[in-house]
Amino acid sequence: MPKRTDIKSIMIIGSGPIVIGQACEFDYSGVQACKALKAQGYRVVLVNSNPATIMTDPQFADATYIEPLTPDICEKIIALEQPDALLPTVGGQTALNLAVQLKASGFLDRHGVELIGATLTSIQLAEDRQLFNDTMREIGLAVPDSKVVSTVDDALAFAKVIGYPILIRPSFTMGGAGGGVAYDSDELRRVAANGIQQSPLGEVLVDKSLLGWKEYELELMRDAKGNFVVVCSIENLDPMGVHTGDSITIAPAQTLTDKEIQRLRNMSRKIFDRVGITTGGANVQFAINPDDGEVYVIEMNPRVSRSSALASKATGFPIAKIAALVAVGFTLDEIPNDITLKTPASFEPSLDYIVVKIPRWDFKKFAGADPVLGPQMKAVGEVMAIGRTFPEALQKGVRSLDIGMEGFGSQVDSDLRPEALSVPTAQRLFQVASLIAGGVGFAEIVRQTHFDPWFVQQMHDLMAIHGSVVGKALRLSDLDESDLRKLKHYGFSDAYIADLVGVDSLAVRDYRKRLGVEANFYRVDTCAAEFEAMTPYLYSTYEMEDEAAPSHAPKVMILGGGPNRIGQGIEFDYCCVHACFALREAGYETIMVNCNPETVSTDYDTADRLYFEPLTAEDVMNIVDREQPAGLLVQFGGQTPLNIARDLERMGAPIWGTSVDTIDLAEDRERFNALMRRLNIAQPSGATILNREEAAGAAASIGYPVLVRPSYVLGGRGMAIVFDEAQLLAWLDDHVEWGGHPVLIDQFLDDAYEVDVDALCDGAHVTIGGIMQHIEQAGVHSGDSACVVPPYKISYFHLDIIRDHSRRIGLALGVKGLFNIQFAVKDDEVYVLEVNPRASRTVPFISKATGRPLARYAAQITAGATLADLGFLDEPSVNGFFIKEAVFPFQKFPGVDTRLGPEMRSTGEVMGHASSFGHAFVKSQASAWLSLPESGVVFISVNDFDKPLVAKMARDLAKLDFDLLATEGTARWLNQMGIQTRRINKLSEGKPHIMDAMQRRQVDLIINTPRGSQAHEDGVAIRSLAYALGIPIVTTMSAAAATVQGIRRMREKPLSVRSLQSHYEAMM
Amino acid sequence: MKAALVLEDGRVFPGEGFGAEGVSTGEIVFNTSMTGYQEILTDPSYHRQIVTMTVPHVGNTGVNLEDPESVKVWVAGFVVRSLSPIVSNWRNRGDLATYLKDSGIIGLSSVATRALVRHIREIGVMRAAVAHGREAEDTDALVDMARSSLDMSGANLVDDVSVQTPYDWTDESDAQWYGDHPAAGDRPLIVAYDYGIKRNILRMMADRGLRVTVVPAWTPPAEVLDMNPAGVFLSNGPGDPAAVDYAIANVQSLLGAAPIFGICLGHQILALALGGETEKMRFGHRGGNQPVKHLASGEVEIASHNHGFAVRADSDLKGGEITHLNLNDNTVAGLRHHELRAFSVQYHPEASPGPHDSFYLFDEFVDAVHGNRSSRER
Repeated sequence: MPKRTDIKSIMIIGSGPIVIGQACEFDYSGVQACKALKAQGYRVVLVNSNPATIMTDPQFADATYIEPLTPDICEKIIALEQPDALLPTVGGQTALNLAVQLKASGFLDRHGVELIGATLTSIQLAEDRQLFNDTMREIGLAVPDSKVVSTVDDALAFAKVIGYPILIRPSFTMGGAGGGVAYDSDELRRVAANGIQQSPLGEVLVDKSLLGWKEYELELMRDAKGNFVVVCSIENLDPMGVHTGDSITIAPAQTLTDKEIQRLRNMSRKIFDRVGITTGGANVQFAINPDDGEVYVIEMNPRVSRSSALASKATGFPIAKIAALVAVGFTLDEIPNDITLKTPASFEPSLDYIVVKIPRWDFKKFAGADPVLGPQMKAVGEVMAIGRTFPEALQKGVRSLDIGMEGFGSQVDSDLRPEALSVPTAQRLFQVASLIAGGVGFAEIVRQTHFDPWFVQQMHDLMAIHGSVVGKALRLSDLDESDLRKLKHYGFSDAYIADLVGVDSLAVRDYRKRLGVEANFYRVDTCAAEFEAMTPYLYSTYEMEDEAAPSHAPKVMILGGGPNRIGQGIEFDYCCVHACFALREAGYETIMVNCNPETVSTDYDTADRLYFEPLTAEDVMNIVDREQPAGLLVQFGGQTPLNIARDLERMGAPIWGTSVDTIDLAEDRERFNALMRRLNIAQPSGATILNREEAAGAAASIGYPVLVRPSYVLGGRGMAIVFDEAQLLAWLDDHVEWGGHPVLIDQFLDDAYEVDVDALCDGAHVTIGGIMQHIEQAGVHSGDSACVVPPYKISYFHLDIIRDHSRRIGLALGVKGLFNIQFAVKDDEVYVLEVNPRASRTVPFISKATGRPLARYAAQITAGATLADLGFLDEPSVNGFFIKEAVFPFQKFPGVDTRLGPEMRSTGEVMGHASSFGHAFVKSQASAWLSLPESGVVFISVNDFDKPLVAKMARDLAKLDFDLLATEGTARWLNQMGIQTRRINKLSEGKPHIMDAMQRRQVDLIINTPRGSQAHEDGVAIRSLAYALGIPIVTTMSAAAATVQGIRRMREKPLSVRSLQSHYEAMM
Repeated sequence: MKAALVLEDGRVFPGEGFGAEGVSTGEIVFNTSMTGYQEILTDPSYHRQIVTMTVPHVGNTGVNLEDPESVKVWVAGFVVRSLSPIVSNWRNRGDLATYLKDSGIIGLSSVATRALVRHIREIGVMRAAVAHGREAEDTDALVDMARSSLDMSGANLVDDVSVQTPYDWTDESDAQWYGDHPAAGDRPLIVAYDYGIKRNILRMMADRGLRVTVVPAWTPPAEVLDMNPAGVFLSNGPGDPAAVDYAIANVQSLLGAAPIFGICLGHQILALALGGETEKMRFGHRGGNQPVKHLASGEVEIASHNHGFAVRADSDLKGGEITHLNLNDNTVAGLRHHELRAFSVQYHPEASPGPHDSFYLFDEFVDAVHGNRSSRER
């Protein structure tokens, strides 16, 4: 069946901000869908609130709306654009839920918009737990005993019937938000209440827990003709009970026979038929009893997903692209296999390698969060590694994580007890290594973890090799070629081997190369070498023959950012992809190196050549040796590539753009301070200390409050503002392991405004890309603060100083490419807080606001272009207001204090834009899933410093007909000022208190500003509950002022929407 | 212990031996199925072939009593990247190394199988020797052995694998893997020529209410017709179809007498009997992921393949038409002769291993058989 010609224009909904459970894999799938449909001549209308995505770059759609993903806004866009069809399956759960709302309300039908790629019935059948389970039973498939309940009492009653442990999963949430395991009725009460609250339907599925069962997933594809293929089978290392997103997974499945795999395939096909998945990709999860093979169907996702992105990268079969094409009528046999070019997409990939995915967690960011993994996903990112065997892939995966582990057993903890393994945590994999090293037997590991014995045996083999080197106290020279080959076959990195034999990793590399033990590169070809792979998608291994076949073209290698984590996410992938596009256009062959399967950068058609490899100096250098690139770009992938830049340069890699020395100059405090003094640019006073004893004195001479942080960190990890010596020492003891790594203590500029500048420098000229003012005042990490362009509250005088400083710093550092400076303005003085000589988190945002592709320009500069060549000598102007707002994962970490501080904790961002500040702010909040009320009750609780400011704001809110509610102190203050305010009890004052009012939805907006050591339990509880209930909460006065401004504007005039394309057109 | 695979063109792939010791020769072929090694080992079509698996880890699920496709292991040698150090599956009854050892078959592990497969892909299948033990050291001798070993072109291997005396087959498949099948009513008789038949073919027929008598490959047509069969089945098997001249002649005389269904070698023999030609492919199709287009419906089946010869698309089938194509290379995957009520497929609808997309062909055979009976009764 050829493509449909009765539809001309298709709307695609993106997944919005990066959150836990929904990350940049949907940028990858969205980009694929946009590209595929545009290439077929369809007009593509795209909606996504996330400016950091590649998909929202104007060239990927005909009309790009960076607008809130709410039904109201989508309706406005549909009314304006009149698309013929809506494709809801490539934007994650967000897009699916939104499409359901638009369809169910009749809006799509009224506007003649056809849902393609899924039907309302199929979505509902797949997504509604009870309906799905009933349907499975109807077609003879087993599902765990379960029941949908909407009250805690019903959950308890059902638990009595089926027995504990009990699994709770809310309906219609992503990443299993609000889910949990309960071992007794007390736990069940808590978990069920939380789940019911979080489900948009107010209901949860109460399940028999299948702890210890094996978990598998099939990624599937089907076209309108009924042609059906299994793209990939995935086996979870972690047994049932741990969310797939938090599980280490392996592809293809390793411990099933053909009959068992075909049974799952047949079941999947039956499920497709019954649920009505007629076109597109979907996955089905199964649980299998390891003792007798009994199969339960767990769930199906009727859309592309995180695991389909993984499966696409694991196999070379681009699920989202093909899902988009079959949605518009193509059949699989009409679509060519992009890798072989000769064979069709109607086949099942055969893998002759092993893929291991390992999640990346960031628990350190969330003090007090429950570290136990369960049905609710907690990972913020993931890595994928490809090896010829499981041990090789596992070790490559571990070192891809960028957590300081060189391999599976590279850090052994001898104080563990085997029982620790029965609790799934982020550390469990490494605990297994430690316990094996400590002599704990195979059977005991299996018993505690319920990992399949096959994997445990492979882990044992790895540790046996580790032990054979360590146990004999071998030196490097004791290892001969065959020993080294064996170590390499098992994935041991040079750095790991170096640790085992007590030398430097460079020594291992030199020795290894002398013996001729070199990495070879194999192609991912979808067909296990049956056909020649025309598309160079490569991974390293130490088996014979090399398939890289490098060309002699001038080429540039771009290092990606590795796994998403807080502080380093999709923004950097955006920059890498742009760098790649720019250099390809400039005539270079581009080579991408990355290990994050969720990204656009690891799509095999982003760069000319893709190396799916860990971002370690060794792995990157192996590629450099083979490819001999003219240049290597390290400034686009965030801190990860910068951290290895020095080693790469030492090994002879040609680093383009900003030099390694400049990177060091910006990051070395002493050198940087000296430079600022020379340039006569103010900095907050500060000190670098190397031990605990120096700390108190240094802080006292600077004057409290002070900002403390370990040096060389990204995303402000461990950073804090401390107000006195006791806090300072407590922080040091919690966060610092002395031993050479310095700690920085800085003056904290209280009440300052912070400003971020992204700029370009070609060595001779600096052009400012954008100046962003933070909406939250100083003290909130720049990644967590909302910010606005153009700056709305800074004088021209200060802006000119900022421009002058930026120019002089760029030139003095000798930056070639992008750099970012953080400034603070306080009492008429402009301070420089930090300079990053690399692409920053805000580059995509500024590029969207100005319509100028900063990352592309930077890449061209690294290749020798000047700003004059690029025609980019002047700071671009901005029409209207663009506001970036951060999005936080607090819902996943109940009990964690949600107040913002100097440690970054947001996972993603959204953008709101409009001609007025107020509307832009309202949109930014709506995009962050906080819909500001136009009226109702506002609860105000502010610290003493903010009391003078609160009166005006409260008066404004009262004028807007809000009812004011406050606890004793604030209420008395406001009433004294003549603003009528109702008093409500604090928690300690007994019921009914503020949290009761929140639970009863009697509060529509919360303004709560904690400060310093005054943070108290009430505040933590209120903020946490507000997140759980989705009540908009503002924690700084400046954000509160912006909120009031937004509400006022919203009441004056309804929101309107505008595509980026028409916005840019109007600017010209 | 030292072990090696040596190809007739002189390439040597070292490995670690398992299973039996000694030397063996055969044609080196690769299979891209990611599961189902036990079915592959026991498929008689692999007689005189050394099989390498593209999937790296092999042996993970051990061996069991249910999965063999015949009475013994037929491969001439088995070459893998990584032999599993452990067996893990609830159905397992033993490990692969012991299984091969007990069967007298040489296994090779730690072989650079991808390089090997790419070599076969570029040069084509060729003769090879596997050695496990002292013999592995003399690679020159092994090259000579490979070069003097059997050439698959022109080789009739059916005689080696066919059953010697007829037997009846009644076992049905296990519903947990293949679903429920309706209880049979009257049971029409099928005579199945055993050129190296796989058990799952027999089960598929039994499931559909067919009574099957398996006869030796050389059974004369008259004997078959004396059994008054409602249909005749031509099985899969090893070697060059054109070399099995008696089978071609026998089928020729059976054409039109009863509905005929052929699989793999049976398909090639049917084509030859109709007057078509077969040819040796460079490296054949062996795997469970091949796209086959059913030309009448336009639907694509993902099918299990195992063949090194193919029916030439340009050969004259004398009224027979091509019904299925392999979409990877547009080779003939199925044919049918309406008047003569004969049809066949190059691939393996019985799967085992592989996807179950093509079971409908057995239903079509059943329909043809019932059509035959009703026409005779009239």
